[in-house]
Amino acid sequence: MIKKRIDRRRFMIRAAQAAGLIFLAGCDKLSQSEWFPRLLGSAEGLTQRVQRMVTPRKAMAREYNEADRSVVFPTNGNVDPANPDYQALARNDFADWKLTVSGLVERPAEFSLSDLRHLPFRTQITRHDCVEGWSAIAKWKGVPLKELLDRVRPLPSARYVVFYCADPDETGQTYYESIDFEDANHPQTILAYEINGQVLPIAHGAPIRLRLERQLGYKMAKYVMRIELVESFKTIGGGNGGYWEDQGYEWYAGI
Amino acid sequence: MPDSMNDEPIISSSVPAAPPDTESMSLAQPQPPAVRWIYRHAVPVRLAHWINVLCLPILIMSGLQIFNAHPALYLGERSDRDRPILLLDTVYSESGGIRGITTVFGYSFDTTGWLGASRDSTGQIHRRGFPAWATIPSYQWLAMGRRWHFFFAWLFVINGLLFGLYSFLSRHFDRDLVPLPKDLRGIGRAVRDHFLFRHPKGDEAARYNVLQKIAYTGVVFVLGPLIILTGMTMSPSLDAGFPDLLTLFGGRQSARTIHFIVCFSFVGFIGIHLFMVAVSGLWNNLRSMLVGRYRIAEVGVEPHDQETN
Repeated sequence: MIKKRIDRRRFMIRAAQAAGLIFLAGCDKLSQSEWFPRLLGSAEGLTQRVQRMVTPRKAMAREYNEADRSVVFPTNGNVDPANPDYQALARNDFADWKLTVSGLVERPAEFSLSDLRHLPFRTQITRHDCVEGWSAIAKWKGVPLKELLDRVRPLPSARYVVFYCADPDETGQTYYESIDFEDANHPQTILAYEINGQVLPIAHGAPIRLRLERQLGYKMAKYVMRIELVESFKTIGGGNGGYWEDQGYEWYAGI
Repeated sequence: MPDSMNDEPIISSSVPAAPPDTESMSLAQPQPPAVRWIYRHAVPVRLAHWINVLCLPILIMSGLQIFNAHPALYLGERSDRDRPILLLDTVYSESGGIRGITTVFGYSFDTTGWLGASRDSTGQIHRRGFPAWATIPSYQWLAMGRRWHFFFAWLFVINGLLFGLYSFLSRHFDRDLVPLPKDLRGIGRAVRDHFLFRHPKGDEAARYNVLQKIAYTGVVFVLGPLIILTGMTMSPSLDAGFPDLLTLFGGRQSARTIHFIVCFSFVGFIGIHLFMVAVSGLWNNLRSMLVGRYRIAEVGVEPHDQETN
């Protein structure tokens, strides 16, 4: 009787282990399929719609005190772009750097770093949330993206703002990102040229990096070289709206 | 819509009373039926239960995949790397060896093979927070883990909301789930019965005992809302819309830590739940959650479950 019970227990444990292995293998198989990740990805649209619905358009990300800042603000991704053109600009403290804003605009324009520094600015102490899970707080100073957009006058057909960056990966693919106008016109969306009162160092994206305080860190392109207004990002890069988006990350990084 | 568990259990007319067994025949005395059948779980409850069975393992395991991208926990808004309260670290020795070191509140343990460093399906040891068998996908793939997590999070949330609505309207909550003062007075006896594996019979078996009520209300009203709210607090977008979330949980990193603790509370609940289901009549419990019918042994009658168990 007792032996029978132990046999049964052992059988149940074995069966549970086998079921677990089949479940795991099945999940891996589904992850590698074409259709299943696409099905899973359909949740992104729902997340975006619901988050946008419940969060007022102008709702501000929390701003912190000086004392809340991280002692060390970690750097992630590229910290020194392996790009000769960029290196040349950096050697000259980006005096020759010019930010082109073009695409679906009435008046394409170029801005030097000094031009940007003479435009209205915003300073904000905000929390940076990485997709990996960590958070860091810093004080950022920069020109609101809206200031630039107002100067170039977007055409009605423009739907996205695309940021082209200087940093290539090992395969030579350079970083890029895109946001829509709801985010582009948000007051906390700035092109930052200072961190914690210092000129933005190369590791943090010199000469400017995007701050998009209501989304995750990978949306906040560093080493921005060129801005283009487009109707669709389907023909840019891998067609998903950004470097990490082309690797399977969400375009809407609100969570 | 039928109530899942009435105060007076419905004796199913479709099922004949159990035939008198040979022993009672030999006594030649009329005996009351030894068992009766009740309709225990209503369709919406059963459906919600099995959707959770699908969602929870996927949410837990894809959650551990996401956690593995930065296998440390902190308190407050920031993650100061020098002040984690939990860290699943990987240490490489000069001889080329690799060890997993887990540090909790400053106390370190060697957890090689389990946490910090573990083997993949080919037997290779890797730097890894939680091991391959505990994550979806089994290998490091944050983007895919996030896809699984957020898809099934929506399913879990919608399922939870519908279950809540049904249970409120059908009075499943107050009839069956919320412990009453008289239940709570019997808690000592219930704890003793559980440790002695004495399971209730008769009318007592037709409703949840006080420990079940506490466990289920704890999951429905505490763990469920907490896991969702702490998950939402990790969203920079929702933090802008609802800054009170940050205040409520003491910052984004605290919310992440609470999310993790609640996750393992779910793991604990599932473990105890499965154990209790198995020891209190596995097939009877499974049948009642699949088709609704639950068999009750009358007081004084040995349950016949032992054979079918």
